[in-house]
Amino acid sequence: MFKNPFIKQLFASFLDLAPILAVVLVFQVLVIRQSIPDVGNLIAGTFFVVLGLTLFVHGLEQSLFPIGESMAYALARKGSLFWLLTFAFCLGFGAAVAEPALIAVAEKAANIASNGKLIEQTDAAKAGYALGLRITVALSIGLAILVGVLRIIRGWPVYYPVFFGYVCIAIMTPFAPVEIIGIAYDSGGIATSSITVPLVTALGVGLATSIKGRNPMTDGFGLVVLASVMPTIFVMAYGMAI
Amino acid sequence: MIDWIMQFSLKLLETCRDIFPVVVIMIEWLMHFALKLLETCRDILPIAAIIIGFQLLVIRKPLAHPRKTIIGFFYVLLGIVFFLEGLDLALFPLGSLMASQLTTPVFLGINPGEQNASWQAYYWVYIFAASIGFATALAEPSLLAVALKAEQISGGTIRAWGLRISVAIGVGFGLALGTFRIVTGSELYLYIIGGYLIVMIQTRFAPKLIIGLAYDSGGVTTSMVTVPLVTALGLGLASTVPGRNPLLDGFGLIAFASLFPVIAVLGYAQIAQWLSKGGLSSKP
Repeated sequence: MFKNPFIKQLFASFLDLAPILAVVLVFQVLVIRQSIPDVGNLIAGTFFVVLGLTLFVHGLEQSLFPIGESMAYALARKGSLFWLLTFAFCLGFGAAVAEPALIAVAEKAANIASNGKLIEQTDAAKAGYALGLRITVALSIGLAILVGVLRIIRGWPVYYPVFFGYVCIAIMTPFAPVEIIGIAYDSGGIATSSITVPLVTALGVGLATSIKGRNPMTDGFGLVVLASVMPTIFVMAYGMAI
Repeated sequence: MIDWIMQFSLKLLETCRDIFPVVVIMIEWLMHFALKLLETCRDILPIAAIIIGFQLLVIRKPLAHPRKTIIGFFYVLLGIVFFLEGLDLALFPLGSLMASQLTTPVFLGINPGEQNASWQAYYWVYIFAASIGFATALAEPSLLAVALKAEQISGGTIRAWGLRISVAIGVGFGLALGTFRIVTGSELYLYIIGGYLIVMIQTRFAPKLIIGLAYDSGGVTTSMVTVPLVTALGLGLASTVPGRNPLLDGFGLIAFASLFPVIAVLGYAQIAQWLSKGGLSSKP
């Protein structure tokens, strides 16, 4: 039935959305029992989300993922630590800048900050705040992937850098401005959603496969968690700086 | 004849006037779309430049399928534009709609003038958050792949289904606790730092092979679809529950959703290990 890969992907994207729609529908029908305003917009928006997800994933599978994967293998085999670490940093940075969920949430956070009179209520101030947030997160993801790759090469246990990150967060929180703490804690989970996770997992597994004495099953994991701890530290620092 | 021409041109003018707003809206929409497309171009430029730059300068090999790659990037571009547009139309409003409907005084059955409803009155909010977390985590395709890998690593001690259910319980419980925090307005860091301590203690005792995978399971469950909905739910709750401020209380749900699966998976691995050890030692 689903011979066409595009149709297949369209169906898969719909399945991504299905659990949310199902839960919302059950609540609307059984619990809330009120009329829903703007049903037309909701349906059109859902269609846009499904179409957007489909094009996005289809495009990634054709361009970014195969190249990123083969490049991770090629660089690991090349054996130059400098280039490998540079690549790791750039890959993390680029993936986070393009992350759609981060784009959307950064915009939302800028609106909230401007309504709360934290920044000026102009479009320029909001755009600047959102971009600053995204660049901060992207830099931290780059650094996280760099540390994670170094960890795989050196063979450190996964919890050393993670525990260090936890301690940093615990120490920094009392000193960070209260308005930034929520978005800082969230930023890690937001940044690790669609582009970063597959690319970074491919990098980790590729590296662990090509280095002697490393097991792809056990050493390949642990990059994503760094990418979700590091942004919290950086965003709190960003909040202290502005 | 002249009469007919007069009438025709009048009709033409009238029709013009009628469709004019539609044309204006369409042109506005197209402009808006083109602008978004340009903005998104800027967003995916870095990753495209990095990939292509490294390929040409460091690996020094031409791209294997240049045409396919460029078409792929174009799809990514269009996909992000449609996705962001859809978020603004559907997922963001849906999250805040659920938040406001579940917290209206009429729905809660309390007096509208009353400002301090107890946290127990909001039980449907917790149930809704838990259901969203549980359902999305269980259906997450990338989690399925990770779960199968975990079963392989552990040699069957850890079951793929057990892992998926524990992650789903972790996300559901995390989101319910997160909404409870917003309703009560307690400090976010107390919960998260407390969670970190639990993870640190669990790591000490958990089977070594599973630690990396358990840590990563937190990031895997926050997908492109759940993040906007959950964010909107949190912000909506913080703006409708009396006494809460979206700036201070609105964020934090995603942090819960990515920390508690780690605890759940570490816990499940621990229990699975005990059970299999117990099974082994009871044999003669």
